[in-house]
Amino acid sequence: MPEPKNIEICVLRYHPEHDPEPAWRSYQVPCTDDMSVLQGLQHIKDEIDGTLGFRWSCRMAICGSCGMMVNGKPRLSCQTFLRDLQPGPVRIEALAHLPIERDLIVDVGEFVNKLEAIKPYLIPREPRTLAEGEYLQTPAQLERFEQYTSCINCMLCYAACPEYGLNRDFIGPGVIALLHRYNADSRDGGQAQRQPILNAEEGVWSCMAVGYCSEVCPKQVDPANAVNQNKAVSARDYFLRFLAPKGAAP
Amino acid sequence: MKRSNAPLFWLPFGAGGMLAALTGTMLVFITGIAVPLGWTLRAELMSYPHVLALAQHGWARGLLLAVIALFAWHAVHRIFHSLHDLGIHSGATAKLVCYGGAFALTVITAASLWSIAH
Repeated sequence: MPEPKNIEICVLRYHPEHDPEPAWRSYQVPCTDDMSVLQGLQHIKDEIDGTLGFRWSCRMAICGSCGMMVNGKPRLSCQTFLRDLQPGPVRIEALAHLPIERDLIVDVGEFVNKLEAIKPYLIPREPRTLAEGEYLQTPAQLERFEQYTSCINCMLCYAACPEYGLNRDFIGPGVIALLHRYNADSRDGGQAQRQPILNAEEGVWSCMAVGYCSEVCPKQVDPANAVNQNKAVSARDYFLRFLAPKGAAP
Repeated sequence: MKRSNAPLFWLPFGAGGMLAALTGTMLVFITGIAVPLGWTLRAELMSYPHVLALAQHGWARGLLLAVIALFAWHAVHRIFHSLHDLGIHSGATAKLVCYGGAFALTVITAASLWSIAH
């Protein structure tokens, strides 16, 4: 087996109970070709400094826990390999725009509140009995929302979004993509309940179509597209509300 | 949550963007390069009588209004949202100046086209 080469990993550390502000600390980590950034951090925690805090779980880009800034870009650390960052140093920070709880751990409370607010579940159009059987969908109906089901709530798109950086009240790319995932589902009848969130300034109208959210998504979801489609929906809703009775589908 | 009035500004912005994408480049080429330099097009194409006749022609007037007004609405929307990057706080004043400018240009264009009608 080849000898591991060392790589320098700089981590923005912050323990609010005794650090006045976040500060960089540097670590030398032995690096083999198959090591992810996450494994580099695990080496630091296990072998060098046990006080380093970071979230992780699945190690295979499914759980969405290990999002962080790697050399200034929002990345899943399990999906980013140290070999691609040679010769280093690799700079690791907590996800941009989000409040740091400790080291690389950010506060997700605000995101979760927004996610709850959009009712991220199917709201049936009318009550349906088991005897009526399953819902049937055509491939075309599935295609309208399928990509958005891939969202893993990793919040990389929030770290990427300059508008969210300016105004944290913005519902944001990920939550709008998930909102669209349910609105666009033929089994769902909850659009009227979700529409007021989209129609607000903090809804789709805070988006300036930068598109970086879609670029950084590790699951190839296209939140920018979801937002843009819903700008048209919201604009129609804005004008047609004068024509259509309250509650009519836009 | 409070409904945003953004669609009032976004629709002309979007329409102007579409129109600019479809016609903008060629308009710049024709009016700014081809006619003045006499490339492929004759200079008298944009002589006063020619352009006046165009501006007095039924649906061409509508087209002129659309090109001028919607381009303006598109431009001011972009300018307004780029102000932050220039270090200018985009408050109510900036909004009034930007969109008020586009509105004024729309009114002036419509009035001018109206005044030269037959």
